[in-house]
Amino acid sequence: MKQTEKKGTIQDINGPIVTIKLPGVQNGEQVRIGSLGLYGEVISLEGEEALAQIYESTEMVRPGEPAEGLGHPLSVELGPGLIGGIFDGVQRPLEEMFLKAGDQIPRGLSPLPLDREKLWRFVPSETLEPNMPIIGGARLGVVQETETVEHRIIVPPDIEGELIELAPEGDYNLEETIGQVRDRRGQVRHLKLYHRWPVRKPRPYQSRDNGVEPLITGQRILDTFFPLLKGSKCAVPGPFGAGKTVVQHQVARWANADIVIYVGCGERGNELVDVLDSFPKLKDPYTDRPLMDRTLLIANTSNMPVVAREASIYVGITIAEYYRDQGYDVVMLADSTSRWAEALREVSGRLGQMPVEEGYPAYLASRLAAFYERAGRVETMDCGKGSITLIGAVSPPGGDFSEPVTSHTKEIIQTFWALSKELADARHYPAIDWVDSFSADVGTAAEWWHESIDRGWEKRRAQALGMLARDAELSRIVNLVGPEALSSAQRWVLEGATLIKEGVLQQSALDPVDTFSSPEKQFMLLDLILSVYDEGAALIELGVPVQELAEMPVLARLRRCKELYDSSQTDQLKAFRNEALKDFKEIHSEYAQRGEQTA
Amino acid sequence: MSAKEYRTASAARGGLLTVADVPNIAFGDRVRIRDQQGNTRNGQVIRSSNEEVLVQVFEGTAELDLESTWVRFLDEPVEIALSPEILGRVFNGLGEPRDYRPPIVSNLRRSISAAAFNPAARTYPKEFIQTGVSTIDGLNSLVRGQKLPIFSASGLPHNRLAAQIVRQAKLPDDDSRFSVVFAAMGVSYSDARFFQEEFASSGVLGNVVMFVNMADDPPVERLTLPRMALTAAEYLAFDLDRHVLVVMTDMTHYAEALREVATAKGDVPARKGYPGYLYSDLAEIYERSGRIKDRHGSITLVPVLSMPSDDITHPIPDLTGYITEGQIVLSRELNNQGIYPPVHISPSLSRLMKDGIGKDFTREDHPHVSNQLYALYARALETRNLASIIGADELSARDRRYLEFADAFESRFVRQGEDEDRSIEETLNLAWDLLSAFPPQALTRVNETEIAKYHRQSE
Repeated sequence: MKQTEKKGTIQDINGPIVTIKLPGVQNGEQVRIGSLGLYGEVISLEGEEALAQIYESTEMVRPGEPAEGLGHPLSVELGPGLIGGIFDGVQRPLEEMFLKAGDQIPRGLSPLPLDREKLWRFVPSETLEPNMPIIGGARLGVVQETETVEHRIIVPPDIEGELIELAPEGDYNLEETIGQVRDRRGQVRHLKLYHRWPVRKPRPYQSRDNGVEPLITGQRILDTFFPLLKGSKCAVPGPFGAGKTVVQHQVARWANADIVIYVGCGERGNELVDVLDSFPKLKDPYTDRPLMDRTLLIANTSNMPVVAREASIYVGITIAEYYRDQGYDVVMLADSTSRWAEALREVSGRLGQMPVEEGYPAYLASRLAAFYERAGRVETMDCGKGSITLIGAVSPPGGDFSEPVTSHTKEIIQTFWALSKELADARHYPAIDWVDSFSADVGTAAEWWHESIDRGWEKRRAQALGMLARDAELSRIVNLVGPEALSSAQRWVLEGATLIKEGVLQQSALDPVDTFSSPEKQFMLLDLILSVYDEGAALIELGVPVQELAEMPVLARLRRCKELYDSSQTDQLKAFRNEALKDFKEIHSEYAQRGEQTA
Repeated sequence: MSAKEYRTASAARGGLLTVADVPNIAFGDRVRIRDQQGNTRNGQVIRSSNEEVLVQVFEGTAELDLESTWVRFLDEPVEIALSPEILGRVFNGLGEPRDYRPPIVSNLRRSISAAAFNPAARTYPKEFIQTGVSTIDGLNSLVRGQKLPIFSASGLPHNRLAAQIVRQAKLPDDDSRFSVVFAAMGVSYSDARFFQEEFASSGVLGNVVMFVNMADDPPVERLTLPRMALTAAEYLAFDLDRHVLVVMTDMTHYAEALREVATAKGDVPARKGYPGYLYSDLAEIYERSGRIKDRHGSITLVPVLSMPSDDITHPIPDLTGYITEGQIVLSRELNNQGIYPPVHISPSLSRLMKDGIGKDFTREDHPHVSNQLYALYARALETRNLASIIGADELSARDRRYLEFADAFESRFVRQGEDEDRSIEETLNLAWDLLSAFPPQALTRVNETEIAKYHRQSE
């Protein structure tokens, strides 16, 4: 990176878009403008003039004020101290800004993202020795970042050569040299515990790899019905009030990932506070340590400047790639990508670019695709495996899934968790619509479920979905001619579908037991409800009236199983299963006897 | 303040005035314009370059000519003067008095476009506010620091409901100081008078600051008005430690004014002619509500907006719903049946309810009761549809019970008097009256202990 400073002046201010005269500035370069030193980024060049988008409000900035080029594109600091933090859309640490500057975010303030004073215990890799050739992405050693996360210090991807020296185990701050590498041009590069990386440039890896196991979120409708593989891409579209944010929070809480990055992109301030308040108190179900020990938040609330919103998801994904390069499974949640797209639209509108659909610029689809493609499971430079699972919320205007952002996103992703207003209105949560949602990863997920949980998974899943489809069909008939038109068997299908909806699909994020369901519990519940349905269907064949079955007290209890037994109480659940099926057996033998008598 | 006046206006279009050859004018600067008769108008710089400056004129550019228009740049952002004296006063969208009393004199002046609150400085709102309205308290609870809009439509009693909330809102067992900031944009004289009389008759007038822009006042002023109002609210909440309830009506007029100006500027329209930044712009307003760490006061925001043609997917209600923490939706159908307040609960929602209710806040059964009512009412509405097709006589006994529930729910729970102030205890007991029409096993959202305690049949 060049360190030459370029000076110029402001020519024109049009909201967040500022024209500056700054000869020699590069496209994409960071700039500071005005007497306050507001941060921004060059987005186009024309002759001596450059257009810059400014991350902060430009109120009271005037033409003629100075502008300066910083010589590098928008970059993030990558090193220990990221986890547990909350940063704004351009990686400024919000906690520190609060301590320094008070309730509101002042302009022109730019504290360093990572703490320079703090000492970290660095343990060098034993396999490394001086004079060894070393490549970008190679592991130099480790630092215990939080109790949960071991931070693997890696050589920046753009450096390779010969290792001259590696520091011994000890306490170092971020600015101390922990290694020296002579690169290909013979220059000695000093490596520190952190490095910088431009956010718009994907970090390199060796090769792409297929996803092999599902991300377990503890949410039944997600894991069982629309599974998402680690390293896969997923969209969660839904109108307001359908529960996008709760779904995202639940995934952030319960996913079996190593690192969770939550990007609040143009969303509500109070919801981020909810995360900030609750995560330190919640326990990670896999490690039993505070959730915040594996979580990092990027917050650009809806009232923060729009240009920083555009940057925020790139900041998030770059940090995700950095942990992926350390060999971790990372989940990144972006809430919401529509706000990001709108930020693109706003900037393009101010530039007077030709709008194509609903005011969005023509490059919307390609930008979306390029962003989502940064997710994936890869073989890292270090020959490890790492993954980024990307879950983007989409906020379609009026809940219309045919609008540009939703439809372009749908073309890129593998899993689609569609939220429905109707379900949310009936307080069926999570309001994920089983008709509109899809997962392209069911085959791979099935292998994992069959291996780890039960061989019957794929069959039971298909049976349940089939019943739900049948239920929709029969409900249409009922709505036309009334329930009396249905046969007993058909009415039992309706009962069975209701059991699936209430006993499996509906899951309360607020109930302490129900909020998380282990894969074992998920399958047991589904299997139990379907077994009850099967038993009932057999009884109906024997002539048992559907009314008698529907009023069996065991069904009410069946609906509550999800909140009565937590994931560790599989034995109790099994006991209940036997009890429930016994009730059916009794009716069975009763009617079978009767049948024999009449025969 | 710069004394220099420019006479270089080069274009006037709608609410926009272009001034040429004025160097180094700040973006967002306040402008004073003098016309040939010597009358002054106010404006703000919305684009500034070395060649020309674009000024948004609040009073419009009608009757201005380019030759004898004098423009002065004040070198300060749009500000409001603040002191405790603002309580009981009425201002326009520029912060000037419109109650024929002298302007506020104070050293404290604040820019109305405040910087965003740092999310790390916020605290999560969780104090239940009792409004005395069952459909809000019981099913869509409001908490201190929340922004909860009323989605209404023309001809529906949103103003009466807003006034009822202002009159009755209180925290159970808490009588700390509260204030109301009332922001009216593009309202009719009768609506403005209605609120003024409401505040006077309920004796809160001395605690109210009103910002009023009438339907025949300049629309551009509607753009600064909510920001004036919120700056005043922030002062009351975070400087004077008051709990402030901000009522804004009608946000639709605000958005229309924004569209008017955007179109004049030549901004690329996104949906229905509204500019692409409508979301960010509305968010700047709505997100100024909330609670701040170590501050005693709070800002609770209840914006009222009318849905054009009753369409909830129209950009204004749609974008609002994505920013606010829920919405209270009024229904024309209920209103036509003479039910007040005509709150349609199905699309209504309060996102912050979950942490402000239940044990320690309202009553332990509250979350479940709310859930149960929602589920039953959804089912009941389906049944009602069915009944309208096949006739109520064809329904099973089970379905008829749902039908009866829907009627009872609307006429007893939703409907209440304009002066009827129900405590949360009363609301929940009323809910159990309705739930008790069902046998306990049909109530799957409430738990067994609650059924044993509150269900009438198990007594």
